[in-house]
Amino acid sequence: MDPGWLVLYVFVFPGLLFLLAYALFMEYVDRKLGARIQNRVGPPFFQPFADLVKLLAKEDITPEDVDPPAMRAIPILAFAAVATAFLYVPVIGSSPLAFPGDLIVVLYLLTLPSILLFLIGWISRSVFSTLGGVRVATQLFIYEVPFFLALLGPALAAGTWTISGIVEWQRANFWVVVFQPIGFIVALIGLQAKLERTPFDIPEAETELVAGPWTELTGRKLALMRLAVDMALVTGAALIAALFLGGPSIPWVLEPGWLATLAGFGSFLVKTLAILFVLAVVRMAMGRVRIDQLNDFGWKYLASAAIVQVLIVLFLNGALIA
Amino acid sequence: MPEVVVPIGPYHPALKEPVNFKVIADGEIIVRLELDLAYNHRGIEKAAEARDFVRVVPLLERVCGICSHSHTTAFCKGIEEAMGVTVPPRGQLIRVIVAELERMHSHLLWLGVAGHEIGFNTLFMWTWRDREVVQDMLEELTGNRVNYGMNAVGGVRRDIEPPLVARCLKRLSPLEERIRKYADMVRHEPTTLARFQGVGRLTKEQALAFGTVGPTARASSVDYDIRRDDPYIGYADIPFDVVTDGQGDVFGRTLVRIGELLQSVRIVRYALENLPPGPVRVNTPRGAPKAEVLSRYEAPRGELAHFIRTNNTDKVERLDIRTPTLANWTSVAVSLVGSNLADIPVVVAAIDPCLSCTSRITIVDPGRRQTSVMSWDELRAHGIDFYRRKEGV
Repeated sequence: MDPGWLVLYVFVFPGLLFLLAYALFMEYVDRKLGARIQNRVGPPFFQPFADLVKLLAKEDITPEDVDPPAMRAIPILAFAAVATAFLYVPVIGSSPLAFPGDLIVVLYLLTLPSILLFLIGWISRSVFSTLGGVRVATQLFIYEVPFFLALLGPALAAGTWTISGIVEWQRANFWVVVFQPIGFIVALIGLQAKLERTPFDIPEAETELVAGPWTELTGRKLALMRLAVDMALVTGAALIAALFLGGPSIPWVLEPGWLATLAGFGSFLVKTLAILFVLAVVRMAMGRVRIDQLNDFGWKYLASAAIVQVLIVLFLNGALIA
Repeated sequence: MPEVVVPIGPYHPALKEPVNFKVIADGEIIVRLELDLAYNHRGIEKAAEARDFVRVVPLLERVCGICSHSHTTAFCKGIEEAMGVTVPPRGQLIRVIVAELERMHSHLLWLGVAGHEIGFNTLFMWTWRDREVVQDMLEELTGNRVNYGMNAVGGVRRDIEPPLVARCLKRLSPLEERIRKYADMVRHEPTTLARFQGVGRLTKEQALAFGTVGPTARASSVDYDIRRDDPYIGYADIPFDVVTDGQGDVFGRTLVRIGELLQSVRIVRYALENLPPGPVRVNTPRGAPKAEVLSRYEAPRGELAHFIRTNNTDKVERLDIRTPTLANWTSVAVSLVGSNLADIPVVVAAIDPCLSCTSRITIVDPGRRQTSVMSWDELRAHGIDFYRRKEGV
């Protein structure tokens, strides 16, 4: 690819700039939808952006006894990790940066914000932050295994570790969700837990821990961290759309090429917003579970379901080869 | 993890009122709980001694924003007993209507708060929306959404006209439907069940030993309701059931409160349909003869007791208020030990704490007497002096 186009891809579309805009838009949709379900009016369209600008302008307080560079670096790292992960997820056609094994890299980069959140809780020197941080780490160990196993399914079926390759395979065959519904549901639950949304908002349980690891974050740091989580919502939804719902591909052939690309982009938007819709409704329709209850649920049912799904895929693969 | 002290309150998102818990936790498990009240001494009892009966009623209305009618009714019926005055039946039933509407708005508020404590904000938003119906009814009946200003010694201050009765009756049916929906929702929503069932359990023996009252006691199958066991105002003639539950946990308390909501709808409907004609208020003498009255009242949170001593004047010599929250506090500290850190908000909320009522009477806090350099007599002298300067007594 032409280096100029590559820069455009990474920084403008569908890279950083698009990601930022879409993340704020998704936050708006999420909040508006939640508000309507709760019989409220909800925020205006530009509210997430206004919140971001406001937070960026607010006073930046570092608590006593905290290493300021570490505290400053963590939100930036989280932001960078998620922004990088998004580059490998196909938005219009295949990602030009795709390489064998990029699925693993994306999963790793998506895990980073959780680990950084634990770190920020740990170094904040506040009881609420520390307890919240410990809960982040505990929760990470609960949902991460089923989440990874569920995303392993499409890769096994397509026989490739490239996200764009899995999308291509689905274009040639059919959507993965058709024969991996269990994996799809586990992945959605895992994403909800990863993003710490109700019923899995245990680490930041407002009524117990104030804001958990977020308690001591202010100003720019809070703005960046929130933005990172919004971007993780986009990246996670895009990843699940790519792995299970065929990503930006459409099932029929369109001429000319630019129309096909446009339709692909449209299908990407529709699919990610549909995933967001499911996540938002779940968030609104439930209370928060306890960490011990999540532990039971995660290891007893979620992990088992994911393993069953992987086994089904392996058997199907064997049957197809034989 | 070693034991950590998690401070909850006096400023904390879980509790909008000033109380402090020092939760000593081992990881996520609660080892011990230390309770610290008395952040907000308001001196209402003392101020009540300085006012005549007419002026005490609005003062007592401000003991609590939610059970304002409870406090005034308990006080008025105590004074009426001391005077030997009987309130006309119409006035009594209007008191009942306002009291039960108050119970409904309090319980709906509680249901929302309980949902909020477990992060179920949709339930919170919905119940508070439906609570507006009750508040609108209260506004139409009394002129105010809170602090209704309805009670006076000798009866109530406003009559209800027939068109208003019809309007209120029309609003009751949709409300009842919504309450039934919430009852269904709480029984079937999985996260609510997971967070309410088996949490903050209190056996019947414990409930009795710690002197719990109201829905907290009734959820531990203590069959005790002042409205039935010591009927006051019109309750003796009104058909209703006392709701009890044997589970003794937060879930049981939820079911009791939802059951009481339905009973309140029933009582309000009965009272509106059977309003007897006649006056709503009788004239009373200015002063009350020397007497001591213990006036009991079933407030939304449980038994409320006003002890009133009169001395042939138009002022009370002593007014002592024992609010239901104070009776229920100790049970919280007991039922929380050994449970999960995440259960604190919902177990605390399950007694429906109303601290603005409770903090006021902690002048007899033994802890404070120990830590204070003042002796009790000095403190008392200070109090008398303070009110003399401030109130001109």
